[in-house]
Amino acid sequence: MDTTALLLADGRFPSGGHAHSAGLEAAVAAGQVNGLPELETFLRGRLATAGRVAAAFAAATRRVAADEPEPAATVTLLDEELDARTASPALRRASRRQGRALLRAGRATWPAPLLNRVPAHPDGYHHPVALGLTAAAAGLSPADAALIGAYGVLTGPASAAVRLLGLDPYGTQALLARLAGACDAVARAAVADAALPPADLPAHTAPLADIHAENHATWEVRLFAS
Amino acid sequence: MRAHARLSAEADGRGGTRLSRLRAESPLLLRQTGATGGTVTVHLVGGAAGPLGGDDLRLDVAVGPGAALCLRTVAASIALPGRRGERSQYTVSVTVAAGGVLHWLPEPTVAAAACHHAALATVDLEQGASLVWRDELICGRHGEQPGDLTVSTRVRYAGRALLHQTLEIGPGADGWSGPGVLGGARATGSLLRVAPHEPPVAPRLLGPTAVWMPLAGPAALITATADTSQRLRDYLDAALPALADT
Repeated sequence: MDTTALLLADGRFPSGGHAHSAGLEAAVAAGQVNGLPELETFLRGRLATAGRVAAAFAAATRRVAADEPEPAATVTLLDEELDARTASPALRRASRRQGRALLRAGRATWPAPLLNRVPAHPDGYHHPVALGLTAAAAGLSPADAALIGAYGVLTGPASAAVRLLGLDPYGTQALLARLAGACDAVARAAVADAALPPADLPAHTAPLADIHAENHATWEVRLFAS
Repeated sequence: MRAHARLSAEADGRGGTRLSRLRAESPLLLRQTGATGGTVTVHLVGGAAGPLGGDDLRLDVAVGPGAALCLRTVAASIALPGRRGERSQYTVSVTVAAGGVLHWLPEPTVAAAACHHAALATVDLEQGASLVWRDELICGRHGEQPGDLTVSTRVRYAGRALLHQTLEIGPGADGWSGPGVLGGARATGSLLRVAPHEPPVAPRLLGPTAVWMPLAGPAALITATADTSQRLRDYLDAALPALADT
């Protein structure tokens, strides 16, 4: 992990991620997350489901994008496999919007020719694919891509929780520090998975992620885009 | 216990369906229980309690062009632990040819305390095949916490991934009962409907914890959590009343 990786992992990287709560806003509205203890189980569940998928697909995309001479077909396949792993249309939209914003910022920050070997997706690539492509352009490793993917699954909802629930920021950071080992383990497993065929990558799912996302999409007033 | 059962359904050329192969192996016992309106119904009759830790059960189902098969089970399956904590596995492989129809409507799987079970299904649909696929999971019998159970379902349509979901519950799955995954619900399930000849559905809320969603491919999925198996079934049935008495 070096400065380049820290730049891409930073919540201040201008990819619009701060606008998304990854289901936390809906979980708070449903009365299921009121404080740090529930936030911890929420984050542990997210890490074991969305975190595993995001980390594995980011690492796999990074591997293909930087290591294969003609990555376009496999990158498209990875993106289709994420569609099959994302039942909720609201989550598919949120993932593609974040992917498009990330790739735009990534291209401007690290204008590497290897990105030209991959066609643009009309709706934007899914976020983990965009993360893998950006990591490749930045010269980062699959391990970096996996770790940044898993880390983002934790930090997005954690900072949303501080805003939504007025949680103590020190307590929230202490919680994230407690989850560091679990996050590292997810990233390590993702690196091992990254060489598998796209069909065999993790597909861990959480029923409430779909249910919360679809409920949230019907709200007229909301603080976060997802 | 190891068992490998095979079931094939073919169009009989007169608008109906016949079973061209029905090879059962205890505890996977298969009985044809009906044939109405071109659809053959087969029940899987549990020949023993289980699956039990150490079991390796396989079921292959093939539905030919123009054939229609409905597969049900007579009772819930209860995944139970083996004596030494061995894993049990139930692997289902399904193919449905163009113009074929499969309704897969089993009773729920119950994850008993200390079970260590995996239910793995792969479904390959040719272009023009139709499918209804129900999955229901109950987390523990009355008043008990479930063991480790994985349900993984992968469906391909015309050679492309349509739906791929893996749900893990139990002590080995971090955060599974929390607000990010099941929110304390004891029952969860889904109903996939692949209907290539019907227009796509719009997303719809069926209740506070049940949604009906169009997938990226020619299919829709209901996903729900509930306090009881009956409430779960109501959610899954409510959106598809025409299927309730299939």
